[in-house]
Amino acid sequence: MFLIIENISKNFGFDSKANLVLDNVNLLIDKGEFVCLVGPSGCGKSTLLNIIAGLESASCGRIILNGSVVRDAGIDRAVMFQEPALFPWLTVIDNVEFGMKMAGIKREERKRRAMKYLKMVHLTKFKDSYIHQLSGGMRQRVALARALAINSEVLLMDEPFSALDSQTRNILQLELQRIWIDTKKTIVFVTHNIEEAVVLADRVVVMSTNPGRVRKEFKIELSRPRIPESPDVTYYVRKITDELREEVEKVARDEYDGGWNVEKDLFLSNADSNMGIGL
Amino acid sequence: MLKKIYFYLMLIAIWELVYKINDDILYAWAPYVLPSPISVFATIIGLLKSKILLNAILSSMRRLVIGYLISVVIGSIVGFLMIRFKYIEENFSSLILGLQTLPNLAWVPFSILWFGYNESTIIFVIAVGSIFSISLAVDSAIKNINPIYLKAAKTMGAKGYKLYSNVIIPAALPNIIAGLKEGWSFAWRGLISGEMLVSVTGLGQILSKGKDSSNISQVVAVMLIILSLGLVIDKFVFGRIEKSIRCRWGLM
Ligand SMILES: Nc1ncnc2c1ncn2[C@@H]1O[C@H](COP(=O)(O)OP(=O)(O)OP(=O)(O)O)[C@@H](O)[C@H]1O
Ligand SMILES: [Mg+2]
Repeated sequence: MFLIIENISKNFGFDSKANLVLDNVNLLIDKGEFVCLVGPSGCGKSTLLNIIAGLESASCGRIILNGSVVRDAGIDRAVMFQEPALFPWLTVIDNVEFGMKMAGIKREERKRRAMKYLKMVHLTKFKDSYIHQLSGGMRQRVALARALAINSEVLLMDEPFSALDSQTRNILQLELQRIWIDTKKTIVFVTHNIEEAVVLADRVVVMSTNPGRVRKEFKIELSRPRIPESPDVTYYVRKITDELREEVEKVARDEYDGGWNVEKDLFLSNADSNMGIGL
Repeated sequence: MLKKIYFYLMLIAIWELVYKINDDILYAWAPYVLPSPISVFATIIGLLKSKILLNAILSSMRRLVIGYLISVVIGSIVGFLMIRFKYIEENFSSLILGLQTLPNLAWVPFSILWFGYNESTIIFVIAVGSIFSISLAVDSAIKNINPIYLKAAKTMGAKGYKLYSNVIIPAALPNIIAGLKEGWSFAWRGLISGEMLVSVTGLGQILSKGKDSSNISQVVAVMLIILSLGLVIDKFVFGRIEKSIRCRWGLM
């Protein structure tokens, strides 16, 4: 197995189970697999992704990538954060080149490769712009190009498209699928959007909350490219939504002290529901 | 721009008027209390012609630049050490904060005893007045970096020295520049305090001599020169740098 998430637990506090965010999470991910993590808000998706990235340490368990244990952040795992996290003091192309510069790659080579990735996200025209001169969607595309330019085998993405309008999101989803097919990266992708998960993933992992665990996994065996409105996609979206409903209700109950009940039809009819944050 | 010129012309006119009223009718205060703008202007011209002023400005600036550069170098090093070693931060930050609030003038006697009545004393006073504010500024600028930049940099393989030069320093730069600017204003004050008490060629000395000879025109003339020099440097050196950084970051 390529990426092994083994018995990961995470406790932010010092004592007891009160702050247990992740409880014994196990996941096996194949090389070249596209895995989406979905789950209610606060279930620990970002925490898990940060642990895989090596930006946060697990209280228990370990991450094994390609046979060796992950101890720190490293260029074998590119990360795309929910905010673009681009450097405002650099131009677009310098941002994309950053990882290569750190790796000590020569200037011309860097420029050449950066242009290749900027072409992939259709932003060559803006290569000399500064970040604040771009729109939100363009920034996410630069962040994507920057993550791809690391040329890592693993790409970790934390709700990268959630702040975008649905048209831009659809375009980026298509681009990401194309890039994934071209580069054969292993992708772990966190999202609130079940439809997005079904469109993108080989496998959707549904997490439960409080503490965060793997609740169920769905293999999505549909041909690509997938169209969001197609009946096959809708079928999976409904199945996963049903699975998640109970979890989301649990969050709602905890938050509103029992005086709250989620209406059944709400989720059945609304395929594009953003689980968790909509509540 | 034109509006501003009008405003200052008005101010000067009022000043002249007040001077005239006192000089011709009121006699409310002695003539060395308030100079007329005309005599101040004449003094400036006179100083310029005699080269005294030019020499004074040049030697003051030389001192200022040397003292300031020393404080930028040492101040930044101390700032980085505070970031790098928690021990220094925990134990020295309140001491440094205290030293920063100590007025420049309070350093002069100490400095005279160390270096004597000469150039080094003034350079010491300049440097010591701004070192601590610069170190505190560097320290807080780095602490206030958005952690997401550091996380992103780490995932792209930035470490150690490369992390500093490619991420930490540029990310902290807007705040570091603000700190350097503040340090400069402390250095400026240190310069004048030092020069007034240690008699060496310089603006502070002309100021001090003006006082000794009850020459209010000269005192005001030098004050105006100090003020304009400070303003010009602030606007054209720090202002420009700040503006270009803010432009790039999109903070305008
Ligand atoms: N630094 C921290 N200290 C203490 N608790 C934390 C910290 N970071 C996260 N948590 C807690 O861990 C839980 C999981 O957070 P996390 O950000 O992983 O959730 P998430 O699943 O990504 O949620 P969302 O979908 O809203 O982004 C939350 O309950 C949060 O309060
Ligand atoms: Mg999150």
